[in-house]
Amino acid sequence: MADMDRKATNPIQPVRGPGPVIKPKNAAKTLARLLKYMLAYKLYLGIIVITIMGSALAGVAGTYLLKPIINDYIVPFIGKRNPDLTGFIGMIALLGSIYFVGVIGTYIYNYLILIVSTGTMLKIRTDLFDHMEGLPIRYFDAHTHGELMSYYTNDTDTMRDMISQGVPQLFTSILTVTGVFIMMLVLSPALTLLGLGMLAVMILAVVKIGGKSSKYFVLQQKELGKFNGYIEEMIEGQKVVKVFSQEGPAKERFDELNETLRSAAGTANIFANILMPIMVNLSYVHYALTATLGGLLVISGQLDLGTIGSFLQFTRSVSMPITQISQQFNAVLTALAGAERIFNLLDEEVEVDSGNVTLVNAMMDEKGNITEVSLHTGIWAWKIPHQDRSVSFSEVKGDVRFEDVTFGYEENETVLHGLDLYAKPGQKIAFVGSTGAGKTTITNLINRFYDIPDGKIFYDGININLIKKDDLRRSLTMISQEVHLFTGTVMDNIRYGKLNATDDEVVTAAKLANADFFISHLPKGYQTVLTSDGSNLSQGQRQLLAIARAAVANSPVLILDEATSSIDTRTEALIEKGMDTLMQGRTVFAIAHRLSTVRNANAIMVLENGRIIEHGDHDDLIAQKGKYYQLYTGNNA
Amino acid sequence: MLEKILSCLGNYKKYAIITPILVIGEVLLEVFIPYLMAKIIDVGIKNSDINYILKLGGLMVLMAMMSLLLGALSGRFAALASTGLAMGIRQKLFYTLQDFSFGNLDKFSTASLVTRLTTDVTNTQTAFMMIIRLLVRAPVMLVSATILAISINVRLSMIFLVAIPVMATSLGIIAAKAFPLFQKMLKKYDFLNTSVQENLIAIRVVKAFVRKDYENEKFKEAAASLREAEMKAARVLIFYMPIMMFTMYACTIAISWFGGNLVIAGSMQIGALFSFISYISQILISLMLISVAFIGIVMSRASVGRIIEIIDEPLDIVDNAAVNVKSPSDGSVVFDNVSFSYAEKRDNLTLSNINLTINSGETIGIIGGTGSAKTTLVQLIPRLYDVLSGRILVGGNDVRDYKLDTLRNEVAMVLQKNVLFSGTIKDNLKWGSSKATNEEIVDACKVAQAHDFIMSFPKGYETDLGQGGVNVSGGQKQRLCIARALLKHPKIMILDDSTSAVDTATDSRIQEGFKENLSGMTIIIIAQRITSVMDADKIIVMHDGQIDAIGTHEELLIRNKIYLEVYELQQKGVV
Repeated sequence: MADMDRKATNPIQPVRGPGPVIKPKNAAKTLARLLKYMLAYKLYLGIIVITIMGSALAGVAGTYLLKPIINDYIVPFIGKRNPDLTGFIGMIALLGSIYFVGVIGTYIYNYLILIVSTGTMLKIRTDLFDHMEGLPIRYFDAHTHGELMSYYTNDTDTMRDMISQGVPQLFTSILTVTGVFIMMLVLSPALTLLGLGMLAVMILAVVKIGGKSSKYFVLQQKELGKFNGYIEEMIEGQKVVKVFSQEGPAKERFDELNETLRSAAGTANIFANILMPIMVNLSYVHYALTATLGGLLVISGQLDLGTIGSFLQFTRSVSMPITQISQQFNAVLTALAGAERIFNLLDEEVEVDSGNVTLVNAMMDEKGNITEVSLHTGIWAWKIPHQDRSVSFSEVKGDVRFEDVTFGYEENETVLHGLDLYAKPGQKIAFVGSTGAGKTTITNLINRFYDIPDGKIFYDGININLIKKDDLRRSLTMISQEVHLFTGTVMDNIRYGKLNATDDEVVTAAKLANADFFISHLPKGYQTVLTSDGSNLSQGQRQLLAIARAAVANSPVLILDEATSSIDTRTEALIEKGMDTLMQGRTVFAIAHRLSTVRNANAIMVLENGRIIEHGDHDDLIAQKGKYYQLYTGNNA
Repeated sequence: MLEKILSCLGNYKKYAIITPILVIGEVLLEVFIPYLMAKIIDVGIKNSDINYILKLGGLMVLMAMMSLLLGALSGRFAALASTGLAMGIRQKLFYTLQDFSFGNLDKFSTASLVTRLTTDVTNTQTAFMMIIRLLVRAPVMLVSATILAISINVRLSMIFLVAIPVMATSLGIIAAKAFPLFQKMLKKYDFLNTSVQENLIAIRVVKAFVRKDYENEKFKEAAASLREAEMKAARVLIFYMPIMMFTMYACTIAISWFGGNLVIAGSMQIGALFSFISYISQILISLMLISVAFIGIVMSRASVGRIIEIIDEPLDIVDNAAVNVKSPSDGSVVFDNVSFSYAEKRDNLTLSNINLTINSGETIGIIGGTGSAKTTLVQLIPRLYDVLSGRILVGGNDVRDYKLDTLRNEVAMVLQKNVLFSGTIKDNLKWGSSKATNEEIVDACKVAQAHDFIMSFPKGYETDLGQGGVNVSGGQKQRLCIARALLKHPKIMILDDSTSAVDTATDSRIQEGFKENLSGMTIIIIAQRITSVMDADKIIVMHDGQIDAIGTHEELLIRNKIYLEVYELQQKGVV
């Protein structure tokens, strides 16, 4: 009676079909680490083990009881008038109690597993996210979003299935098969011999077909990957396909890939599909042979009817657990491979931060002495600890200096060569130059998205490596070419710059950025909810929000990386006033493609191939008639 | 709705028909095996008839082997039918997409189209497999096993007649309660994933504003609320297994007791009692499988709906079969009182009453702010969208009178949001003309100012671009796209802000190249920079969906306010 399709324990969350088996590199180590997560539930785990055992053994014991019921309480009374049924009632009561234990045990372990699995997944998810948020930008450069997302979707899902279903089922199945064989041996060694023969055939079938199936699922996965790649690319470029009337060739290539995928999926599914009927019917073969052999043994007086009855039920109850053992074993391996990937991410080193200079709110007396205060004053100071445990303060001015900075994203690809740079507080420094000249790289170094191997960067005279990263970044605000918004209201999105900003502060900032006008025309004004990275806004509107967000942040240094590239010239002129107010008294680094936006900078650096080739203010550079002049006028003079 | 899906079966229809037949055969054989077993015990053993036992035993083994064969074959055919169906659906979807106009495409996001072609099709495939196998197997087994049980002993089979509705009801209640809870859980799950995705995309923003703790807190809340939802849903669901076991065990006990008494009273035989016990699992498991299949199908219904949505999307633009003008005689373009609306509504016009004549061979510049409908205007020329009213003539004929590919072969367009495909540079360029010679390719690249940078790559024209052309910079990509369009040798060439990432110097060299090499071709350039269009024969100033002015650079400087303003803003400070 343990012949249940245990796969179907959870009808609403259909269990993933058989899939490719991906083996973990170090299963034992990963398992141990996973167990460490689950140790928080030690007591529950103990109860789970006991109740699973109780549930599996109850099934086996119940089937065994059929023998004494038939032999001792039915056969002797056949044809008797007024049979004494008290013994029979007692047996039925015993059977009932055993089954009751089984049912209750099943409920208890299912309930506890639910608590353990969801709790463990919660811990793993939050650890994963927490750790990911601390990884350096370099890590995100080297891994695609899809790759990282799959940790949260695929890998955690298979891990949850493993904890909540795979391992318990594996355990139950092994217990059942073992229990059944012990009972068979007790019932009839002769019939057990037959059983062992059938078991060998079944195991062979599972291993052969299961192996083929997972091999072809790997193939299917590969073809699916190719197919998906093509589909994504084609749909992404569908408008180009239309403009070039390339529908025909696109269809041809599609048909090829589609047929290959069908063939691979077909083969993989064939092996997955035939496994069950083969196993079920092998167990019927076993059933038939047991009935025949048992019948002959009864006639020769070596066996009784009750034994056949029990035995027949046992033959039907092993095929499913055997199939389960093989399938769940593979599923567990795949899940462990996923867990291993997650643990690998948890082992990635987070951003190093050895800085101890912090950013504090400050007050300054008439003599220029600075004291730390807890209130927001609008004045910021660097708090510098010294070896003798004393601290000193220096005002945050926005003085940035590069000394002989050399940097490359890749080992042998130098992007910046020995760069020297000096920005005085309150100045606007602009970088111009063609794509790939290294403009954005410079800004990425100031806020330490990347660390430099050679040279030094000073911020108000302090080496930026000594400043705590969070405080360094808090003192700089970047508005970049690509604006990213979060799901939430417009108000929330602007407030991202300063979490405790009041509604009034937000509105003031939006007005400063000239964003107030379009926001108040949105269906719900500042309370309009943005979704999908603010896809319902135009590029220009998103830029305005980013500028408002920076205005709220109110930090001493501003970095504008093509901040107005998506705004047309006339709109840009409109927000220029707001930008001017925003930039007042701050050090500004501006990168712009459109040169009209950098014209009024105090100093313009013309970059080419990671070197500054010209610098000076606009008039100087125009007069020089060099690269800047060329870029600006489009003349190849 | 179902017919449309089923029509995608094509050649695999035969497998879809044969599978249920084989499944029925398999089930009937399986159901009869316990019946024969009962005969062995009640007739063979009782009469000590060894021959009878061997004969029936042999028959049983034969039936089990037959059943195995039928089962394996049905599994095979079900796999072929369902994967064949999936292929058919994918093809139907992709072909439909190829017939989509820009208007149709605008209604769906790329991600949603990809999901429909992949996940939704796979869900449908799985559901279909369930229908032709599980949903045939389980009910047939349920009914036939019940009938056999009744034929063996009517009174004892009453137990099943009680157990079946009891279990069906409780499974139904659990499913009905759990289903909405699971939907809720899936929403939380989506929300969690969306927030991870946002964090990945905006990781630089998070770091720049030092919002790690804030984001962690947000995530923790979302993850905890997901767990909460998961617990709520699963707490209902964990009754499933115990109820199933309870029913099965209760049946076993009832059959042992009542059956035992019947045997003692002599109105039933022991073998028959054994067969009854076998039928318990056959019947109740069938019932459970029906519930599983049912839920699986309900869940896949949304996927089927999304697939149908694409197939049923009415095509905006189709070839006009009735009229068949050959190809445009020249590169002239006339807008005759054209109005256009993306929403296809009169009160929401994007372009209104445009009248414009472009002579063949002219170079036209278009200037205007964001949202002034510059792109919309030019997209009507190759009939990427259809006008709401008025008409557009290319080469003297209404664009709707050409075959679409004829028209688009003569009107090349470099889109603002352009795409290169994986493959080599040469492969991509050949999109313009599959028959282009190396010489032609190099010539086009020289005009587009792409030749030099291509040659600077170690593999030159054979450089692999990677998916989406990731291996080249924005400006390089734009120049390749221009070269690709040039290779079509069109009569009309449209550049929609196609040099925005190209520096001014290179941009002006491209303009010069056009002038020298493409005389006779009508060129329409949309640009942000005045320098890109100032040498054009005519410049159109767009404003708010209307033409604000048309004229040469010098004329517009004198009489158009917008143009002058943009010019001054851009030229401020130039000596």
